[in-house]
Amino acid sequence: MSSLSELYQNVILEHNRSPRNYRVMEEADRRAEGNNPNCGDSLTVWLKLDGDVITDVSFHGKGCAISRASASLMTATVKGKSLHDAQKVFERFHRMVTGRLDPADAETLGKLAVFSGVWAYPTRVKCASLPWHALRSALSPDTPTT
Amino acid sequence: MTQVGAAPAAAAPDRPADLLDVARIRRDFPILSQVTRGGHPLVYLDNAATTQKPRQVIEAVSRFYATGNANVHRGLYELSERATAAFEAARERVARFVGAASAGEIVFTRSTTEAINLVAQSWGRSNLRPGDEVLVTAMEHHSNLVPWQLVCQQTGARLRAVPITDRGELDLDAFEGLLGDRTRLLAVGHVSNALGTVNPVRELAARAHARGALVLVDGAQAAPHLRIDVAELGCDFFACSGHKLYGPTGVGVLYGRSAVLEEMPPWQGGGDMIEQVRLEGSTWAAPPARFEAGTPPIAEVLGLATALDYIDQVGLDRIAAWEGELLRLATERVAGVRGVRLVGTAPQKVAVLSFLLDGVHPHDVGTVLDDTGVAVRAGHHCAQPVMERFSIPATVRASFAFYNTSDEVEALARGIERAGEVFR
Repeated sequence: MSSLSELYQNVILEHNRSPRNYRVMEEADRRAEGNNPNCGDSLTVWLKLDGDVITDVSFHGKGCAISRASASLMTATVKGKSLHDAQKVFERFHRMVTGRLDPADAETLGKLAVFSGVWAYPTRVKCASLPWHALRSALSPDTPTT
Repeated sequence: MTQVGAAPAAAAPDRPADLLDVARIRRDFPILSQVTRGGHPLVYLDNAATTQKPRQVIEAVSRFYATGNANVHRGLYELSERATAAFEAARERVARFVGAASAGEIVFTRSTTEAINLVAQSWGRSNLRPGDEVLVTAMEHHSNLVPWQLVCQQTGARLRAVPITDRGELDLDAFEGLLGDRTRLLAVGHVSNALGTVNPVRELAARAHARGALVLVDGAQAAPHLRIDVAELGCDFFACSGHKLYGPTGVGVLYGRSAVLEEMPPWQGGGDMIEQVRLEGSTWAAPPARFEAGTPPIAEVLGLATALDYIDQVGLDRIAAWEGELLRLATERVAGVRGVRLVGTAPQKVAVLSFLLDGVHPHDVGTVLDDTGVAVRAGHHCAQPVMERFSIPATVRASFAFYNTSDEVEALARGIERAGEVFR
């Protein structure tokens, strides 16, 4: 398998073509933006909460295949999770794309493991983490609503 | 004398491609013979970001440290005298390269960015008043925009920008309208790093001067491709960088017309820029020393002078002819790839090709190209207002130098085709 197909796995290409939860959310409880000053990419993440459970999540914006697929898989992963659990997934994901993942955590990431090849491309790590950093901001209670 | 790989100019003048022996020139650039991690020969097409260095430059820097290193303008011993003489000879060399009237008009800085900041902080802070205007263009690299934003905030002056046309040229009618009695300075890029457009700097400068404004030209992207003559351009300041001229990083050049430099206060304080220092106050050295506080990048300056010798040996005219041929080939071949849209199609361009591939983000194109050994830049190229003008977040940019080949143009085009296949 070439390094390129490790980076652009089919799951990533598919989510890039048809991203899940790709829409502007009206009446969201939380909203946060992520910007990558290196490339000018930006996206917004919205959360709908019931207590501390994420009942709905969506994203919209401009980004490369990596950031788009990452955002798509992120929304699919955290929907239905508590804020606390979503934070835990963020931390594990971040360790994975920076090459610092504890092997014990690897299997808990499920489909997100398709991003495990990203750490070999230092310039692309920020692409994969951009939506997650926006999510982390949205998880914080200090984040203003829309 | 610097020996370079250029063949004698024996070919017919209507075939500029034959004027340069590119294969021989490439042997002067050790880095170009390497193979990338994917097992492909390196195809280096990011020359607008930085150029590669010929061994003559690498050896000049290395030789200085091995046999000539001493601080300049200080020591009373032979080594320092030699270093000072070489350093000042390099200043003469740079003066000749840009057509300055004397070496005293050449200030060495760390970069083009620092040269522009020097003018903004020294000339700008002491001359700009509330209500005055600084005119830039929407095509500028951030380094010729943000320093002016800063000094305008500090002085109450107003920053205005000449818009860009759809082809990526300056809107000259709008320029006329923006140029007014309050315009104190026009700061304009000679060549756009994002689009490749060559701006009509001579005409712009003449019109700005007619209104009493000074003119600064950001020549970072022009100096490697066009013959520079500051007298002919009619500018008051011209800034460029060593590392884009096949020289070392860490050295920039500011040309300043002597009458203007004389009137400017120091920007940074320190050693070498003073006449007399007393605890209660100091007096300043004459330019250019006034603007060169601290130990300068000596080895880098010597490397730059060697790079200029190298460029002259190859010949700027032959460089321009071959790069023009590469641009023609690349424009034709890349524009023919399905889904490609060129951004920046001015008739007057240097060999910079900015483009988009339909449905594929520039970063993904860049990564696929990298996988085939082709190094390009993908992003906003530190020119976000340009991206905004075309309503795009980024472009892929291939920028050529005279050591690039037509085979490398083909490698670029095939890489773009492959990117199209991966993502469709």
